Amino acid sequence: MKKSAPRLGVDIGGTFTDVVLEAEGQIHSTKVLTTYAAPEDAIVDGLAQVCAKAAITPAEIGQIIHGTTLATNALIERRGARTALITTQGFRDVIEMRTESRFEQYDLNLTLPEPLLPRQMRYTVRERVDALGQILIPLERAEVEALADEIAEGGYDSVAVGLIHSYLNDTHERMIREVLAEKLPEVMVSISSEVSPQMREYERFNTVVANAYIKPLMKSYLGRLEGRLRDEGVGCNIFLMHSGGGIISLESAAEFPVRLVESGPAGGAVFAANIAARYGLDKVLSFDMGGTTAKICLIRNQTPKTSRVFEVARTYRFKKGSGMPISIPVIDMVEIGAGGGSLAHVDSLRQIRVGPESAGSEPGPACYGRGGTKPAVTDADLILGKLDPDNFAGGSIRLDADSSAAALTSVLGEVLDMDAQTSAFGLCEVVDENMANAARVHAVENGEDLSEYTMIAFGGAAPLHAGRLCEKLGIDRLLVPPGAGVGSAIGFLRAPFSFEANRSVYMKLSDFDADKIKGLLTDIRAEATAFVRNCDPESEILSEFKVYMRYSGQGWEIPIILSEEQAMAPRRTSFEQLFEQDYTRLFGRPVAGMDVEITVWSVNATTPPETVARTPETTGAAMAPVCGERHVFDAATGAVVEARLVQRNTMETGQIVQGPAAITEDETTIILPASRRAIRQQDGCIDIRRKTSAEDKA
Amino acid sequence: MTNEHSNVAYQVMWNRLISVVEEQAQALVRTAFSTSVREAGDLSAGVYDVQGRMLAQAVTGTPGHVNAMADAVAHFIRRIGRQNIFEGDVYVTNDPWEGTGHLHDITMVSPSFHNGVLVGFFACTAHIVDIGGRGFGADAASVYEEGLYLPIMKFAERGTVDETLIRIVRGNVREPDQLVGDMYALATCNEIGHRRLTDMMDEFGLVDLAGIAAFILDNSRRAMIERIAALPRQTASGEMTVDGFDTPITLRVKLTIAKDHILTDFEGTSGLDKKGINCPLVYTKAYACYALKCAIAPEIPNNAASLEPFRISAPEGTIVNAVHPAPVALRHIIGHFVPDTVYDALDKILPGVVPAEGAGCLCNFQVSLRPRSDAPAPKNALRSEVLTFNSGGSGARPEHDGLNATAFPSGVMTMPIEATEHAGPVIIWRKELRPDSGGAGKQRGGLGQYMEVGAREGHEFDFQAMFDRVEHPARGRRGGHPGAPTAIAQDDGSPMRGKGKQFVPHGRRVMLSLPGGAGYGDPKDRPEKAVKRDLLRGYITADAARRDYGLSSTDIAEVEAAIRAGKDSA
Repeated sequence: MKKSAPRLGVDIGGTFTDVVLEAEGQIHSTKVLTTYAAPEDAIVDGLAQVCAKAAITPAEIGQIIHGTTLATNALIERRGARTALITTQGFRDVIEMRTESRFEQYDLNLTLPEPLLPRQMRYTVRERVDALGQILIPLERAEVEALADEIAEGGYDSVAVGLIHSYLNDTHERMIREVLAEKLPEVMVSISSEVSPQMREYERFNTVVANAYIKPLMKSYLGRLEGRLRDEGVGCNIFLMHSGGGIISLESAAEFPVRLVESGPAGGAVFAANIAARYGLDKVLSFDMGGTTAKICLIRNQTPKTSRVFEVARTYRFKKGSGMPISIPVIDMVEIGAGGGSLAHVDSLRQIRVGPESAGSEPGPACYGRGGTKPAVTDADLILGKLDPDNFAGGSIRLDADSSAAALTSVLGEVLDMDAQTSAFGLCEVVDENMANAARVHAVENGEDLSEYTMIAFGGAAPLHAGRLCEKLGIDRLLVPPGAGVGSAIGFLRAPFSFEANRSVYMKLSDFDADKIKGLLTDIRAEATAFVRNCDPESEILSEFKVYMRYSGQGWEIPIILSEEQAMAPRRTSFEQLFEQDYTRLFGRPVAGMDVEITVWSVNATTPPETVARTPETTGAAMAPVCGERHVFDAATGAVVEARLVQRNTMETGQIVQGPAAITEDETTIILPASRRAIRQQDGCIDIRRKTSAEDKA
Repeated sequence: MTNEHSNVAYQVMWNRLISVVEEQAQALVRTAFSTSVREAGDLSAGVYDVQGRMLAQAVTGTPGHVNAMADAVAHFIRRIGRQNIFEGDVYVTNDPWEGTGHLHDITMVSPSFHNGVLVGFFACTAHIVDIGGRGFGADAASVYEEGLYLPIMKFAERGTVDETLIRIVRGNVREPDQLVGDMYALATCNEIGHRRLTDMMDEFGLVDLAGIAAFILDNSRRAMIERIAALPRQTASGEMTVDGFDTPITLRVKLTIAKDHILTDFEGTSGLDKKGINCPLVYTKAYACYALKCAIAPEIPNNAASLEPFRISAPEGTIVNAVHPAPVALRHIIGHFVPDTVYDALDKILPGVVPAEGAGCLCNFQVSLRPRSDAPAPKNALRSEVLTFNSGGSGARPEHDGLNATAFPSGVMTMPIEATEHAGPVIIWRKELRPDSGGAGKQRGGLGQYMEVGAREGHEFDFQAMFDRVEHPARGRRGGHPGAPTAIAQDDGSPMRGKGKQFVPHGRRVMLSLPGGAGYGDPKDRPEKAVKRDLLRGYITADAARRDYGLSSTDIAEVEAAIRAGKDSA
């Protein structure tokens, strides 16, 4: 990696394509509308803009890192290739039968999401492997050859292969790939033992189907993109951000495109992790709130928390179970339908409900004056004084408070007998509480206590709500970094080359086999390392070892991190101790006398993280210049207060603002509750803390 | 302003309590040992005020537990005695009549103290795989044979677990580690709820839950009564006959909609069965409430007040009000048919709302595996209990087809077969949709499924069947056809019964055809496009397309060509 050469980060989102160029320590960024038909157009456009700003040519760029929602969108919008599934006889309908349950129990008219592939595109072969990995019914090559003819007749472009227990024994899946490669060389094949070698057939089959489904599309897009960039004079390598928060080569991305799902939000988490490193923070909650959703992620020791399974394309109010599971290494995030455009109504219990329906950009919140009549979060923010109507989005849209008040009154106030302001307060409290609850549930699932955390907030709507969220979650410190509007793309530039490989192999600690463990982890490491080596021929490559353990008989494993020594010279006692410690931390007490088992083994190979210089922290000296005052509603005290107005770009390092205050900038406003004070740090972060001393409260 | 603000604060607190019980339920899923809890979600969790009134319960969970558990806490308070409730206590029971209907459900209740004062209770319930006795199944003649009975008692007093109780439990069940592990998991789950409640009370400066309880209960009661008041004030009867164990059982119900409540009376329902499919009233109530709530007020959360307007009664000694010591292990079989029975009546009052009949009860079976006895068994052969939950098709709705292989009314999930095969030496050879099993109709019933169950080399097993609808398939509504019945046999053709423990020798498999849901409306009115799609996907065969829907041979040939060409429309 040429560290000194300029680097480009590109994030294709649903509305905007963010392009960020970092040259000589300076960040140049732009937002271009995403061009759906040919997403590479927006990139080329953005590239020209930032190169002009930095006064360089595309040829000077040393590295491009790209993340995109295209893979996610293709799954949501069902725009994939003509794909067939080949599976074990007797299991044709695994991806359709799901968990055989209803994700919403009280809706008599519930419909379940359609599987990615309808039934007639799912083919079976006679074969079977058992839970010990032994072959019960050998697969006949002739049968696969006959099936290849059917696949040819069906005109499929892509084939997914998912067989029962293939994560234990991949012989049959490989044989099918081999036969297809011979007979149908132009058809792309994805096998589940490679894409997602994990137990639980529904998740694994769905993941391999998703991979196969988007592969032709992504392969062609990535090829076109590379060509276009070369035409623009770009000579450097192009890499892709993956859902696990690292970067992989263009070739690996084209082979395993399912790993690109949610790469944009992953970039946001990496961005927050980088800020955490600057401040030496070991416990961080990243909070990213945009127009339609909010995303929350836990970052321990400057590393975003990862998971092995997540759900994409939820079809029913973001409800758990209403989407499709994808089992790949992913940054673990909760996403809820809470953004600036989320709409409110009153339900039959006279409760205010907010989201997940969103006003979008057309008609937008009522205050946009484009015909919206339902109150959105932005309307409530405006009425509570959090936004300046004349200075929203850099003055590009003039907000109409009367329309907001009318919408709030007619939809909420008249039903609940509240004035516009109280309605706005209620709306904001409900949406803030929804986000706080999501954060709490996420924390408890991970055995964490949020009161020890620092929040890092980014995305357009986050600074308006982050202060109140901290009050609700008992969080003392909040950082709002500069460049928050293009946080994900900046995050791409901070991500290491990395690849996580997983393997499901059962071992009870009572059958602990040190040699086998060492061999297994060595193999997995070799697999993961090869992907990284492919990106960077020289760099040192670190390995992070993780095993998933549980008491025998439990269904949920907890991840246990092993040091290199613990992994390469494994000892039963240290495995046991590590597990008991973590289990106790998560669930209060260990369960005496139970055998413990390891189910999944994982190695994340990564280049060393970029050394982050610690930002020298100041505790503040002088007061920041106040440019005015505004009435702002303070939720914690339930009263309208006089808030100081401060312009962010006039704040100098060490300057202090006492809440209640509004710190304004072009893209957004930071709302400082009465309980907080803010200091500008040297790197431009606004560092917000709970007031402590008596004089602070003055 | 102050009042309005307290309204906003209460709204926030109500949301918070719902989130607290959800956290409680998630903790249980993550720490439980029984596959029924961890993979299938057969559990529930809730928070109660000091009087034992349920304020909120987790969305995660299944209706039978949820509504039954609503009544349980009052029994605990009465049995333990208020003077004996201490900080750090945890109570337990599996009493079918004061808990959730059979010995296989363990309910645990923990008092919640705030600053030394009792402010409420947390409760949770989980279905465990074994409780000793004859094993999970219908074969017992009384509850005494169904396993270990734990009357309402202390699991822990002031934080100290009763080791005597643990020893007794360990000595009486087949999988002691699992069960004791699950008991700890239940205790942990309440503890997590308690911690979150404490945080909330600190944040809002509450000394008790009286204010928030009144807010939740008043709003819920008012909303529920508004819904009921809007219904036609009528009375209607419904009935349904199902297989039973040896003799058919008829469930009868009379619904009376009054101004502020709905009376559901099961007078005229068959008497007790000799075998363990009898249902305590608490479980009947749970599913009757569930059925009505789905149809009338789906979005009103469950709590003491929203459930109160549903008054459920049944004469003692009917199969829906079984009293001690009737055998009740498989009470879910009758319980799961309660909603379809209630809907038979409700459809006469509110046409166009409720679905046609579906598979109804879950299609569960338990396999008790052991080394083969007819010849020397391999050294690594073992004993193991494996329970699986599976579903037939749900009934067609007025505007939608039924759901394929999806549980209704139960809320549990199936287990991944790869997880099931790790739980013991069982092999599931087949688990896929059963074409033509959904009853024909303008809206088609949901498909059932095929399963084939065997054992790993060297094992034989007892197959504990818990199926119904062998003789009584789901009935269609408004001209819709019935769903396909259940069928069960061994792979050599030897017949098997729908219920009870049956031996399966080494090398044999059990072949199951699980039932489909019934259709809604005349099949002649089904749009041709939908019929073609069903044929294309193989939900129906060409014969059924021709016979039930009158699809022409030309159209059938066209669809068959589209399948070969890999198309998704014809």
